[in-house]
Amino acid sequence: MSTEFWRWTEYRKTMPGADWREAALLTAGVDVGSVSSQAVIMADGKLYAYSSMRTGSDSPRSAQNAMDWALEGTGLTLEKINYTVGTGYGRVNVSFADRAITEIACHARGANFIYGPSVRTVLDMGGQDCKVIRCDEKGKVTTFLMNDKCAAGTGRGMEVFADLLQIPITEIGGKSLDIDEEPKPVSSTCVVFAKSEATGLLRSGWPKNKVIAAYCAAMAHRVVSLLERVGVEKDFAITGGIAKNVGVTSRLAGELAIKPLETEYDTQLAGAIGAALFAHAITKKAKAGIK
Amino acid sequence: MIANYGYLDGSGQYFIRIDTEKCDGCGDCVAVCPAGLLAVGADENDPFREEPVAKVTEDQRKKIKYSCGPCKPGAARPPLPCVAACKPGALEHSW
Repeated sequence: MSTEFWRWTEYRKTMPGADWREAALLTAGVDVGSVSSQAVIMADGKLYAYSSMRTGSDSPRSAQNAMDWALEGTGLTLEKINYTVGTGYGRVNVSFADRAITEIACHARGANFIYGPSVRTVLDMGGQDCKVIRCDEKGKVTTFLMNDKCAAGTGRGMEVFADLLQIPITEIGGKSLDIDEEPKPVSSTCVVFAKSEATGLLRSGWPKNKVIAAYCAAMAHRVVSLLERVGVEKDFAITGGIAKNVGVTSRLAGELAIKPLETEYDTQLAGAIGAALFAHAITKKAKAGIK
Repeated sequence: MIANYGYLDGSGQYFIRIDTEKCDGCGDCVAVCPAGLLAVGADENDPFREEPVAKVTEDQRKKIKYSCGPCKPGAARPPLPCVAACKPGALEHSW
């Protein structure tokens, strides 16, 4: 029987005790990424409900599904939401959005919400790209760099390794630290080259945990070169799916000698949270203009 | 904002860096670029900025190493037309 080792739990949540009926302004952010999609609903700029699921092969459908799921059981409907911002790789496919804003702007804003205003450097390690963003205390972008040409060092690469090593993707980080000795990183982060190198290492008798450690280390090393181009200023935070992989984040912290901030929030929500906050700010600004 | 357009791949890092505080959206760089990879338009990464700004067009962002190649001969490299044309000095290449 085959198992889908890349699979993670899709979920939705309504914040306990929150009621949209009491809110004056309802906004939403939908982040259609290359791997996952999130929808966030905010009531007066506060998190109300959200969902996180895999992006299917049909981006417009994924946006709609994520939104429908976030709304589920709340009694709230799409028509009642004042303003929706679409973001992410598939932002132009969010047919019901009032505006599309780049994930660079949204991740900075989202990280500011999730980690607080002390964040100055955000590393977003997404499904198929990496972004380094510097921002001010309001979450406004001051410098950015995005690498979306190559999927090395992204969630997609990790999925390939989960499948190759038959380790569930959510356990990779922990397992990569359960080793006797830190191995040398694999020499290439290119997913295709790294996979063949890893196959060779397995054949030569390396345990699976050591192989995945070597890949996590290579991934960390690769993003450090991007971070150094932009410069890392404290506080440093990581968003996106790879932020949940302690095997990569701990090695990254070691190389940079800076510990990333920790959060209770789901780091994959950062883009959608930022989008919902922009929706809130845009609506408020428009209302202020009318007055 | 310092906008870095480009990529890192197996062969190196290629980024065109535009300082959007210095850029006045004049479009001089757009006119001189033989590859047509620059454009002036809304700042996608600052939703509240109203002034237009120079950027690398979306379809060029993953191939600037090749598109910029003809302006970067190996030896005795002349000044890059886009960098030379930018009066406020807002544009730089990383390679």
